[in-house]
Amino acid sequence: MSPPNMKTARSRFSYGASQTEFLLADSLFPVRLSLTSLPSLTTFFRDVSLHLPLESGPFVIEATTTQLRKTALNSTHRRLGAKMVNFGGWDMPVEYSGIVSEHLATRTAAGLFDVSHMGEIEVRGPQALDWVQFVTCNDAAKLVDGQAQYSGLMTSAGTFVDDLLVHKISDGHYLLCVNASNQDKDFEYIRDVGRGRFKAQVENAGERYSQLAIQGPKALGILTRFTRQPIAALKYYHFLHGEVDRVDALIARTGYTGEDGFEIYFAPEHSEKLWNALLDAGKSEGLLPCGLGARNTLRLEAGMSLYGHEIDDTTTVWEANLGWICKMGKGDFLGRSALQAQKESGIHRILAGFEMQDRLIARDGYPLLVADGQKTGRVTSGSPAPFLKKNVGMAYVPVESSAPGTHIRIGIRSQEASAKIVPLPFYKRPR
Amino acid sequence: MSYPSDYRYTQEHEWVRLEGNVATVGITDYAQHELGDVVYVDLPKVGAKLNAGESLGTVESVKAVSDIYAPLSGEVAEVNSALSETPETINKDPHGKAWLIKLKLANSSEVSKLMDAAAYEAFLAGKQKEASA
Repeated sequence: MSPPNMKTARSRFSYGASQTEFLLADSLFPVRLSLTSLPSLTTFFRDVSLHLPLESGPFVIEATTTQLRKTALNSTHRRLGAKMVNFGGWDMPVEYSGIVSEHLATRTAAGLFDVSHMGEIEVRGPQALDWVQFVTCNDAAKLVDGQAQYSGLMTSAGTFVDDLLVHKISDGHYLLCVNASNQDKDFEYIRDVGRGRFKAQVENAGERYSQLAIQGPKALGILTRFTRQPIAALKYYHFLHGEVDRVDALIARTGYTGEDGFEIYFAPEHSEKLWNALLDAGKSEGLLPCGLGARNTLRLEAGMSLYGHEIDDTTTVWEANLGWICKMGKGDFLGRSALQAQKESGIHRILAGFEMQDRLIARDGYPLLVADGQKTGRVTSGSPAPFLKKNVGMAYVPVESSAPGTHIRIGIRSQEASAKIVPLPFYKRPR
Repeated sequence: MSYPSDYRYTQEHEWVRLEGNVATVGITDYAQHELGDVVYVDLPKVGAKLNAGESLGTVESVKAVSDIYAPLSGEVAEVNSALSETPETINKDPHGKAWLIKLKLANSSEVSKLMDAAAYEAFLAGKQKEASA
């Protein structure tokens, strides 16, 4: 039995076992590799992270001695007995009472998530909109004050530097919410590609914000007790400024679970007070504190992409089924010509959802096989879906094999398991 | 949860209960806690011959898949088939109802390589110390 943590991986290195497991820097899941595919490590490292490209290629090992970053709620999570993991360089709770119970609580009542590790980048100035428009593929000009949109931060090749939420605070002021592990990379990229071109400033503002997500059918009722703001009337993907339990906050009706709910941004010093207030008030309604494990299974059931899995700097919006966030008519932006070219020439692979046909579970990185056993790609995310009680996943499949009902096969250790393409999302909340 | 004093343990977090020449094998409470909610168990067939240290099957939780290694060499005499329908038993009663297989031992002298409960608890304490270092 090898528990899924990096300690085990490291000790197995030093004992020279032939097989080992690693926790990827951007993943909650251990990945199995044979040591023969890795260069030898002779030094004892405090922390080893692996970057495993989804396509075949050399594995890159990064060994660091850096301390993990902590959110303002780190000691609170530990006091609650959370199991902690390294997630993209952050020491984060992966589960409290268990992924299944947390997942079900969010679907049927409410879940409270510390997502303070997420990065915030602010763009301010007369040409803030132009800067945002230049680096992202969605049309930020369509946003009104207090509105947010899902978008992609683009390379010049039309692939993803990251995915993000763009919030329009006001004319000349945008708040971008990006992935935790990409925050510094994104900030430097936006700054460097726009330097000297736009009259605006870009600020890496992650340390000024804590973020809590309260998600689920009871989220509105619980949050309403703490604010006088008209949040019941707030539309999906809109936000407002106001007090939550007398703390200044940005309250957005957004989320990453497939449920109704809110993401609340505020100054880190209020983290414990707000967390405890929402937790105490929600308890009688069935609210549970939730970790990144449930956050991942919830977003997977809801068919949402995760950077480093469904999308990265090798995938485009067309391939990722995210054409709806790419507005070719909005004017020039980074990657536009490459995206135009791919739109005209057509794509060969597309992201699709699948359901396993038996009890086997496909996991991140498992190979996709066509009829003659050839590998045609890999599972980008695979897991049991706790609410649907099915084993599901997403993968890039050849376009000709992407229609719902198509049978595909997935290599699971020494076996080949059968799966069926199904429409995304797997789960859609009743409205 | 305490670790039964009449069991033997491995560094891979399997436990063994010996009755004559037959070893009942399971995973420890520490192991089930590390894994989280168990959703699937893959066990060998009766009659399969296993060498100590060889993978005997896998336990999968929502977030992870983990190999289970044979603590001792022998032939599989019985498997706990109830676990295929109720894998969550591994979380609820890891040292009891959730035994995985019974092995007819090939070489009972291997038993001396396993840890007793006190040694295993000391091993876990060492891991926890390392984790918080």
